[in-house]
Amino acid sequence: MHIPDGFLNVATVATTAAVSVGGIGGAVRIVGKKLGEKQVPLMGILAAFIFAAQMLNFPVAGGTSGHVIGAALAAILLGPWAAVLIMACVLIAQCLIFQDGGLLALGANIFNMGIVASFSGYYIYRLVTWIAGNTRKSTLVGGFAAAWVSVLLASIFCAVELAVSGSSPLGVVLPAMAGVHALIGIGEGLITTAVLGLVLATRADLLQLQRI
Amino acid sequence: MKSKWWLISLLVCLAVACISPLASSSPDGLERVAEDRGFIELAGEAPYQVIADYVFPGVANEALATILAGVVGTLVLFGAAYGLAWLLTLRKRQLA
Repeated sequence: MHIPDGFLNVATVATTAAVSVGGIGGAVRIVGKKLGEKQVPLMGILAAFIFAAQMLNFPVAGGTSGHVIGAALAAILLGPWAAVLIMACVLIAQCLIFQDGGLLALGANIFNMGIVASFSGYYIYRLVTWIAGNTRKSTLVGGFAAAWVSVLLASIFCAVELAVSGSSPLGVVLPAMAGVHALIGIGEGLITTAVLGLVLATRADLLQLQRI
Repeated sequence: MKSKWWLISLLVCLAVACISPLASSSPDGLERVAEDRGFIELAGEAPYQVIADYVFPGVANEALATILAGVVGTLVLFGAAYGLAWLLTLRKRQLA
């Protein structure tokens, strides 16, 4: 879902860049204050994992592929602000080194896949584990739901930005983006659940740390 | 045991990067929508290229070039996010 340059108009580029700069600023401040010593290496591991996992495009219907975003996983393990910082690292590196996502569109990409996906994923996970209790099953179910919603919402924001920029009418681009990402979100859900299962089996203590 | 967990996790990430040549090369969700709805031609080229499209430059074997790009990126991101988190919590540790 990395937006290249040319899809967004100046107003959308400026607005999303401003929101993302603000979001990263807030994340830097909060992470600096609250991140625990045990969580420092986890930041590195999650950024590395999300980068590697994003390279693995999996096929979805009709000659289309998708890859995970990873923001929901990061937000579940570390909290939404830490996830914003991790996603910003990944997206900035992908943009500057790998030419994935446009330079001018970087703010929009950080907003959609960083801020929107992290916060929506985090609060969906919190909601499910609050309703269903703090069990292994609710962690896995909550992880799946969080991952699916995070992809869908990110794609909806992406579609709105494309429509506002005049690239494609909202009535066309919104159902198209939401439709394909509802499918990609299932892949995100399965991978997020699998990783959470692995963490529960090997380092369940990580899920008990304070989220940032 | 705990330091071993981080090392194993990083090795798993590198292993994931090494299977990247198996990834689907079909357009992703946004590219597909842009193609179908006729706005893909709006996309501009990047003004410069480093490891464009996750293919390490100057390596003839494409699978190897993709793996190299994946390994480099995975290590860069581990270092960058670990380093950033370490720097941001530096003051907190000094106060403690």
